[in-house]
Amino acid sequence: MFERLTERLEQVFKRLRGYGKLKEHHIDEALRQIRVVLLEADVNFKVVKEFIAKVKEKSLGERVLESFTPTQQVVKIVRDELIELLGGEKSDLIFSSKAPSILMLVGLQGSGKTTTAGKLGKWLRKRNHSPLLVSTDVHRPAAQEQLKVVAEESGLPVFSDNSSSPLKVCFNSVKIAKREGYDVVVVDTAGRMHVNKELMDELSILKKEIQPTEVLFVADAMTGQDAVRSAKVFNESLDLTGIILTKLDGDARGGAALSIKSVTEKPIKFIGVGERYDDLEPFYPERIVSRILGMGDVLSLIEKAEAAIDRKEAQELEEKIRNESFTLEDFQSQLRHIGKMGPLSQILSLFPGSTKLKGMDLPDVNEADLKRIEAIINSMTREERLNHTIINGSRRKRIARGSGTSVQEVNRLLRQFAQTKRMIKQLNLISQGRRGIKLPLPFFNGN
Amino acid sequence: MKLQPQEDRKRFQRLRRGLLKTQQSLTLPLERLFKGKRAFQEAALEQLEEILIEADVGVATTREIIDSLQEKINKEPSLSGSALKEHVKDHILSLLQVGREAATQLPSDALQVVLVVGVNGSGKTTTIAKMAYQLKEEGKKALLCAADTFRAAAIEQLEIWAERVGVGVVKGKSGSDPAAVVFDAIRAAIARGMDFLIIDTAGRLHTKRNLMNELEKIRRIIGREVTGAPQEVLLVLDAMTGQNGISQAEEFLKFSGVTGVVLAKLDGTAKGGVAVAIARSFGLPIKYVGVGEGLDDLLEFSPPEFVEALFSSNEELISCPD
Repeated sequence: MFERLTERLEQVFKRLRGYGKLKEHHIDEALRQIRVVLLEADVNFKVVKEFIAKVKEKSLGERVLESFTPTQQVVKIVRDELIELLGGEKSDLIFSSKAPSILMLVGLQGSGKTTTAGKLGKWLRKRNHSPLLVSTDVHRPAAQEQLKVVAEESGLPVFSDNSSSPLKVCFNSVKIAKREGYDVVVVDTAGRMHVNKELMDELSILKKEIQPTEVLFVADAMTGQDAVRSAKVFNESLDLTGIILTKLDGDARGGAALSIKSVTEKPIKFIGVGERYDDLEPFYPERIVSRILGMGDVLSLIEKAEAAIDRKEAQELEEKIRNESFTLEDFQSQLRHIGKMGPLSQILSLFPGSTKLKGMDLPDVNEADLKRIEAIINSMTREERLNHTIINGSRRKRIARGSGTSVQEVNRLLRQFAQTKRMIKQLNLISQGRRGIKLPLPFFNGN
Repeated sequence: MKLQPQEDRKRFQRLRRGLLKTQQSLTLPLERLFKGKRAFQEAALEQLEEILIEADVGVATTREIIDSLQEKINKEPSLSGSALKEHVKDHILSLLQVGREAATQLPSDALQVVLVVGVNGSGKTTTIAKMAYQLKEEGKKALLCAADTFRAAAIEQLEIWAERVGVGVVKGKSGSDPAAVVFDAIRAAIARGMDFLIIDTAGRLHTKRNLMNELEKIRRIIGREVTGAPQEVLLVLDAMTGQNGISQAEEFLKFSGVTGVVLAKLDGTAKGGVAVAIARSFGLPIKYVGVGEGLDDLLEFSPPEFVEALFSSNEELISCPD
């Protein structure tokens, strides 16, 4: 997520740091580059224009050039403006004081509404709500069926009624929710083009009649310049309350996030970051900007770990991470946990400076791989597990034979372990920084 | 695969209707830009740059077009506005022509296998339904294969379409191995003497290595069962896609040997400009465009028509409501 954007911005700032004395034309040049970076990330060109103008005004206005650390100042301005652009504070879901709350999902075809309905339901369930899913999509073949399967897979109740109109389906589902004590109804609507007036009217009538607590615009993160236009029309006809951005687990540069927020002035409430029903995260502008700027997102990382690992284990791990006595045994148990936390590449992207890890051989862990890795580690002696540096060529051969794998695989595992140890070291530096010693932000000292 | 061209006039109108929104946002400012200005100043070029960027053509491709225009101006400062307009038009046209000459001439007796790939929600299944419909209209025998065993109710969706169109569909169980379904479908298509087999695959983000490897496997099996197949591997791209489309094309090309692009959902306000960048970067031709929800809303892509429709200033089109 945002990797390329991060990479490119790092390059711009690195060059900026290279100048002995920062002059105005250096800033101009950097801003020109930032402009290209943002445009290539699909941020709408009008939004980019305003953004650049603001950063420029502040960079020249705050006597940045005379300060001791002009580049830091510029980075800080870019960071602040990005956060501002993404909405500043985190914005929570709103619930109605009178149950059930109705959350209505709207958007273009293929933006990911139905999958998001399942994810949202699961998210609500985890927070002690009792959600009911309902689909009003009577247009697309098998849409109702899809939501049914989604509900089944994520263990949620679903109301289905193929025969009637979207409005009737909604009313009936609310009736059922009241009768059976569901406190949230998640309404999945049919995807539609914003230029289709008939369908947009249908949606605004639906909204008027059912009075939803939230009207959430589900948008594909890969959308280009047109994102502003569709978001604007949806907002104008439905007065959205928030945005959910989907498919951020690809390599989309996510510029749509900045554009949509900026044109609708509505908060981004959630982001979809994977294919599992757990892969929905609340949106924290500040954390995302840290990610974009390559400063990592340690807070999200910690939360993810806490959700997947139990408290006691977490403490033990923290201890080990702190005194860097992380062994292959811990690595093995970590790999098991990672299955619960999500794909390793996703976890690692939260680390500061993670773009620099690109090109490293990171394991895309799946069940079969995990079994092989376990077999390799099980074939080591205890001594080897506690101190991997003693594993020489002949030991490797023995381990490979014992685990039914190859020396290459053993090598690969050891390499990955060494990388993990390195990452842990980096994480330690950061958490020390958080205790007020020094924040080793990658931009500031050029590491 | 070759879809019969429809009646020319009807088709041109439909394409234009689909591109109407493109016209309003791309052509009109261009029109203003080209009319009444003899020499282009920096500001005018910048404006043109913005117009192209807003059409999702992308920074690099836009830069190339602008640079070439600048060069033209330097060489012949007295060129008229309309000549410059022709220059931009020709430039985009030449970018779109890339890779089209190499269009595969299919030997007609073998089973034609069309593999359809793309990211989640790009419009694969609907595109397949439209293709099947057109083939049927042409009197060809087509069979569909529901190899999306991953997404909830994907198989049912294709089944409903197949029923509407009146073609058969081979499916596996939800969650089963898609490659096995493809294998069954090929055997069935041959046994039933089909002309075409169109395979629907699960939407996948191009960054998911495992899923991309799965495509490679499917492709291998097709090639093993039918020599020279798949004759077409079509990447379905949502016209709304921004610069990410380039990386989608790159990855799908690598893993599934894409032979062409289908630009879906061109009936919105999105301009699909990224297709120009894809043609430029990978020489991948755009083969079809989806311009609506009807079964006959899949058109063969024609660069001259596309560019012509992009630039023609037609009163009737201009007065159309947004």
